[in-house]
Amino acid sequence: MQEMQEICLYRELVFRRLLFISLFLILCIVLSLLNLSIGPISIGIGEIFHTLITQGNDTAHVVIWDYRLPWTLMALLVGGALGLAGLEMQTILNNPLASSYTLGISAGAGFGAALAYILGIKVLPNVPMEFVVPINAFVFAFLTCMLIMLIGKIRGFTSETLVLGGIAISFMFQSLLALLEYYASEETLQAIVFWLFGSLTKASLFKAQVVFIVLAIVATLLMLKSWKITALRLGDEKAKSLGVNTERLRIEVLIYVSLLTSVAICFVGIIGFVGLVAPHMARMLIGEDQRFLIVGSILCGGVILSAGAITSKVIVPGAIFPIGIITSMLGVPFFMFLVIRGRKQIW
Amino acid sequence: MVELGVRDVSFGYGSEVVIKNVTLNAFPGKMVAIIGPNGSGKTTLLKLLANIIKPSTGKIMFDGVDIRRMDKDEITKIVSYSPQENVIPGILTVYEVVLLGRIPYLSWRISRDDLEITKNVLEELGLEIYARKYANQLSGGERQMILIAQALVREPKLLLLDEPVSNLDIRNQLEILDLIKRITRQKEITTITVLHDLNLAARYADKLVVLNRGSIYTCGEPEAVLTPDMLSSVYGVEAKINRNNRFVQIIPIRPLNRGVEALGQNF
Ligand SMILES: Nc1ncnc2c1ncn2[C@@H]1O[C@H](COP(=O)(O)OP(=O)(O)O)[C@@H](O)[C@H]1O
Ligand SMILES: [Mg+2]
Repeated sequence: MQEMQEICLYRELVFRRLLFISLFLILCIVLSLLNLSIGPISIGIGEIFHTLITQGNDTAHVVIWDYRLPWTLMALLVGGALGLAGLEMQTILNNPLASSYTLGISAGAGFGAALAYILGIKVLPNVPMEFVVPINAFVFAFLTCMLIMLIGKIRGFTSETLVLGGIAISFMFQSLLALLEYYASEETLQAIVFWLFGSLTKASLFKAQVVFIVLAIVATLLMLKSWKITALRLGDEKAKSLGVNTERLRIEVLIYVSLLTSVAICFVGIIGFVGLVAPHMARMLIGEDQRFLIVGSILCGGVILSAGAITSKVIVPGAIFPIGIITSMLGVPFFMFLVIRGRKQIW
Repeated sequence: MVELGVRDVSFGYGSEVVIKNVTLNAFPGKMVAIIGPNGSGKTTLLKLLANIIKPSTGKIMFDGVDIRRMDKDEITKIVSYSPQENVIPGILTVYEVVLLGRIPYLSWRISRDDLEITKNVLEELGLEIYARKYANQLSGGERQMILIAQALVREPKLLLLDEPVSNLDIRNQLEILDLIKRITRQKEITTITVLHDLNLAARYADKLVVLNRGSIYTCGEPEAVLTPDMLSSVYGVEAKINRNNRFVQIIPIRPLNRGVEALGQNF
């Protein structure tokens, strides 16, 4: 009997987690369908399915395949990527406020994008117009991560070093960005500001595929390390006592996360708060076990950004409101609520 | 079964040498207690044995094999180390914290064995009632018990405990040390524990190692090691030792004037 009970406790923990994961999954699906359906012309669920599985050239097909599907998938995948990246940054930096902002990755990406917009500088030559800004943003985001790695190499990969280094880098790129903006013309300034807000309007199926592939690979690699990453939540000292090489684990996870963040923000600009809020929500409902939390954070990020994407379409009829502003505006009060009213400890 | 051998090990944080030429042996089924004043290097010595930090000179051997030549995962399976500090930052249930102790064996699916062993250890330490609670919401002493459970759940051959009972009440101190001693004997574990309480060290240890400023001052059976002389030169305390009862009992009388003693050494 006793044995049964103990096995039951573990089952209960697992069951609870799978329950929340299923819930998130259902929400993802529902929100994605809404995302496909809502717009200047609304398309019914039946028609959506019909359009998705058949060939055709009518309006519905064009609207779905050229606009709504890329937009919907991008919201889901970028949200997932930001959620996962945020989770692992919080974990390896041992800091509940860590996100791509904290490490200066967003600022780096912003600077890279501004270089393209304002000075017309391309990091890689012979890139199609559409990809100049994303590639610049990606390269600078990734460079930022490498800069943080360098600081870690010199001073040791402790969370304090990485966070402080990230803040310094963040200020550096922000001031460089401000400098560029100062010299920019009216129109380019508008373009860069719009990019910094974050927006899904430049989504495409190809971009969604790129994000999907990177997300799938990174998530799998992290899953393979899930117990070690979970052990990090016991504190460094105890993780080490469990045989985890905390320094090497940090480096490894940082590389994965850098790639993921860079890819996610290079296509859509800086979308705030998803990477911060999604992991907290997932953690509160699912707990720290990374086997489940990795999946939970991805789905939760997808839910938040999908909801944001829908809101951005309906908030100003006929226009698309920058999604970054919405996620921040929804994110802040929600986060405040968690901090103030949450019954459980959130970190 | 693993026999531990430490040969002439030294270690320093930066230029400050903290462990100096330590040589020591520990055997299966025996409990060794390391005692010594604050900052004498007890924690550092345990970390060296747990392979968390590497000696700058000398070598550490399990059954005569230098641990530098052993696989890291293999070492993790052999050694359990329970650190002195017992803060747990994450929101983990007690059950999960203990289960994590089996980390070298865990994969995506948890085996029945892992669940079984976790259950047994929780029961043995009387912790089943806490299983669902969050570890960071327990008292310091309760957390200490959880971390001992985490160390035991790996079924180690070498058990290293850093002040395992310092936060426990008097009953739990006895219960835990009884349990550790029993497991040490039954499963022929080589146990090394840092103990601050000299009376407990005298009562439970098969062998005492006195560490003073990073060197072994003396080691041996508790009765032989615990002398007024040792207490005055290592701890700077005048003490009486009562051997009439069933257990050796140390009765501290007063701290010796350090200045005078230091002067005495200089002249
Ligand atoms: N991480 C560290 N960096 C530098 N010095 C340290 C570190 N940890 C401990 N020390 C120093 O090493 C000495 C021994 O420390 P420790 O092994 O913790 O002593 P004990 O456990 O016996 O109280 C102390 O003087 C302490 O200041
Ligand atoms: Mg200590």
